[in-house]
Amino acid sequence: MKPEIDRDRSRREILQAAAALAGGGALLSVRPAAATPEMMKDAVRAVIGEAPVKKGKVKLDLPPLVENGNSVPCTVSVESPMTAADYVKAIHIFNEKNPQPNVISVRLNPRAGRASFSTRIRLADSQTVTAIAELSDGSFWSDDIDVIVTLAACIEEPKP
Amino acid sequence: MARALIHVPATAKKGDVIEIKTLISHVMETGYRIGVTGQPIPRDIIDDFVCTYNGEEVFHAKLYPAIAANPFITFFTVATESGTLAFSWTDQHGATQVQTAAITVE
Amino acid sequence: MSRAAFVISSVIAATVVARAADIPLDQRRSDSDFISADTRAIQNDDTANPAMLAVLDGETLWNTKAGATNKSCADCHGDAEKSMKGVAARYPAFAAELGRPVDLEQQINLSRVADQKAEALPFESKELLALTAYIARQSRGMPVAVKDDAQAKPFIAAGRAIFEQRQGQLDLSCAQCHDDNWGKKLAGNPVPQAMANGYPIYRLEWQEVGSLQRRLRNCMSGMRAEPYDFGAPELVDLEYFLMWRARGLAMESPAVRP
Repeated sequence: MKPEIDRDRSRREILQAAAALAGGGALLSVRPAAATPEMMKDAVRAVIGEAPVKKGKVKLDLPPLVENGNSVPCTVSVESPMTAADYVKAIHIFNEKNPQPNVISVRLNPRAGRASFSTRIRLADSQTVTAIAELSDGSFWSDDIDVIVTLAACIEEPKP
Repeated sequence: MARALIHVPATAKKGDVIEIKTLISHVMETGYRIGVTGQPIPRDIIDDFVCTYNGEEVFHAKLYPAIAANPFITFFTVATESGTLAFSWTDQHGATQVQTAAITVE
Repeated sequence: MSRAAFVISSVIAATVVARAADIPLDQRRSDSDFISADTRAIQNDDTANPAMLAVLDGETLWNTKAGATNKSCADCHGDAEKSMKGVAARYPAFAAELGRPVDLEQQINLSRVADQKAEALPFESKELLALTAYIARQSRGMPVAVKDDAQAKPFIAAGRAIFEQRQGQLDLSCAQCHDDNWGKKLAGNPVPQAMANGYPIYRLEWQEVGSLQRRLRNCMSGMRAEPYDFGAPELVDLEYFLMWRARGLAMESPAVRP
């Protein structure tokens, strides 16, 4: 498995530092910029290398209309017999608009019996979420879903 | 110790694929939220979760800030033999919490 | 003016000035009818509902000795699954020692102070929410059944007056949204009837468990009105009215809400 480098974060920090130097009086925004599709591509490359990714075998389940982006149920299933000869080694989930492109990376082996897991994720905005599975034969497969995130109507004041 | 809720079937038939559900209390502070002071609240997340079955890893997840507060993770494993499932959550500071559940496999 | 506030006031501007009546009894629906199927599924699964973590903490606290008496809740009340069954469905309730109703959180503190000789737990503290969640869980499925006898009526009326009173910068009342415009969309989400049968709740927006008083204070801030302090008699009167308004609906505590 490729070592994970937080390249998106270090790139953002360099860009912000450069902006601060060049921007003169401009206040450096405390809130980091949202991730971009390019940063997601970088994050994917950092995790799976240059291998081609094919659509198929993977099913990513997310509600198309999200009530609250703080907690979005998410299920990934990959078609696989999960035998020693043919199993899913890893499943990664990426997003393109959160401050950070990685969501979760799961490592599996034939003892799983079924290549499927569920969790609850955070989505900062309407965006595309992508799941990529790595199979024991070295191939990569993916699925993606476009999600619309509505915001809560009545926001409370921050707790002191 | 953070409160954790684990659901493992108490018994299973050998070879059955069983579903395991885990839920742990943790704020999963992203590091991007601005506090009342105007400064970002520092990141504080669980970043590693692993399940072993009689000592052998059967599930591992690397978690990022995009995992919702009070991480809920469900997955599957083959009921191979009776014994102990151990669940470990490790935060970004390296602190680990382990909880176990017994299973009887016929 | 925030986008939500603009949308609210536009909806209200289109509403007839004279208020419609209370929602007819047979048209009342729990707020869980207005949330997504996914959120409802989380609420109804004790292995997935994050509020169950608070319920478990509450169970531990129930059995933990406290105060100068060094007694736990269990020492007097025994098994909560038996003794607390139906209790949360009856709160707020009149507290003779105070001459007015209290909500469940306040009742827990009254018992802690008077009977355990322990300190009151702060409102919205993890411990108080845990105990409230644990006790309320024991009423799940039972109908909301607060008393509305002669003693209660003035307080329920006071709560109703707050519910129907226009307030804040938007000059809006709770009733205008939750009695007159429930079911319509506000900033993408449907307006519920504001039935209080699921508290304390795990609110996805909070990412934690919170009380009805917290939710009411959120609403008031959202309406650009000054929220009452935690524990204020106005809030308890409003809680009492809301629970009376939800009478007969099944308790869902601890519920999950967006």
